[in-house]
Amino acid sequence: MKLRRSMLFVPGSNTSMVCNAFIYKPDTVMFDLEDSVALSEKDSARLMVFHALQHFVYKNVETAVRVNPLDSPYGLLDLEAVVRAGTDIVRLPKTDTVEDVLNMQDAIEKIEEKIGRTKKTQLLAAIESAEGVVNAVNIARCSDRLMGIALGAEDFVRDLHTQRTKQGSELMAARSQILLAARAAKIHAFDSVFSDVKDKEGFLAEVKYVKGLGFDGKSLVNPNQISVLHDAYAPSQTDVDWSLEVIEAAKEAEEKGLGVVSLDGRMVDAPIIARAKWTLELAVASGMIRE
Amino acid sequence: MNILKKSAYAGTLESSDAYIHVSPIQENEIKLILESSVEEIYGEAIEELVVQTLKEMKINNILVKVQDKGALDFVIKARLQAAILRACESNEPVWEELS
Repeated sequence: MKLRRSMLFVPGSNTSMVCNAFIYKPDTVMFDLEDSVALSEKDSARLMVFHALQHFVYKNVETAVRVNPLDSPYGLLDLEAVVRAGTDIVRLPKTDTVEDVLNMQDAIEKIEEKIGRTKKTQLLAAIESAEGVVNAVNIARCSDRLMGIALGAEDFVRDLHTQRTKQGSELMAARSQILLAARAAKIHAFDSVFSDVKDKEGFLAEVKYVKGLGFDGKSLVNPNQISVLHDAYAPSQTDVDWSLEVIEAAKEAEEKGLGVVSLDGRMVDAPIIARAKWTLELAVASGMIRE
Repeated sequence: MNILKKSAYAGTLESSDAYIHVSPIQENEIKLILESSVEEIYGEAIEELVVQTLKEMKINNILVKVQDKGALDFVIKARLQAAILRACESNEPVWEELS
């Protein structure tokens, strides 16, 4: 199982972060060529990310790159660089419509064909507007390259004529829509960044909340947030113990030709077994148990 | 063929980065001035990297000043290429020359 709990944003113009981000072991390193890079540094950051993606330190790390919009002077140049360099995922900024995804897909296909890249570049659509949220269901289903959709909360609340709060009620509708769209399309759902890096309690509370909603993970802006997030996403020891018992009971039931079995008075059927397998995969990925 | 039209630079003097300044010169040669915090150990390797990068970009008449603050090899390469493309006023890189 590929875990995607943490996507660490790394400004493409921040050399130190570009060189060291892998050390912090996020599930995905997300190089940014868009908002965090000044216009005067777009060219230099693009080359930095182009080379970083090909460096051996990123060979065993999932990489994504947030490129500039295709209708900007930088979008196609970014795309050419990162697809050539072998990024796993391209993150689309400000995805409002299905056409936004399909246009990006077409541009990537042309580059892949030109350079003979056989591994398909995946797409992650960032939904950052009311229009994008309304179209989320269609966006999530429009391309087999789409591995997930993500909420971009800062631009979204601006579009909604409101602002972010700690309790997050302004994001309730968007989070629900994005999560349901992702689950219906069987792709990942990612929550937005928590920008106040000094507020560790607030961050943990938000992580627990979005985990409870069903999000696969969050975009992060600071490496210090990674371990907090991973710990919060790890299953409890009680859940792991119960899941081990469920798998054992299911194995016995299968040997006896039974479809359903009882464990401590609780019925264990297919959905419970699937949930137990998922918990154990998470426990393995979190280092709690061996495979 | 890349033709340098002006002087240009890329990079910063921050730790792990390199500040690279390039200028066109009349002579058909590569002049390199290197200042590095790790020159004793990596000076030769940095020089080789610069010369190889210039060769890939088909640049033969250039003065390169490198102020290295302990940058990894790919950082120096990226900064040098960015400085050259700026000096060439090129917005359309030939990616095959940059790999």
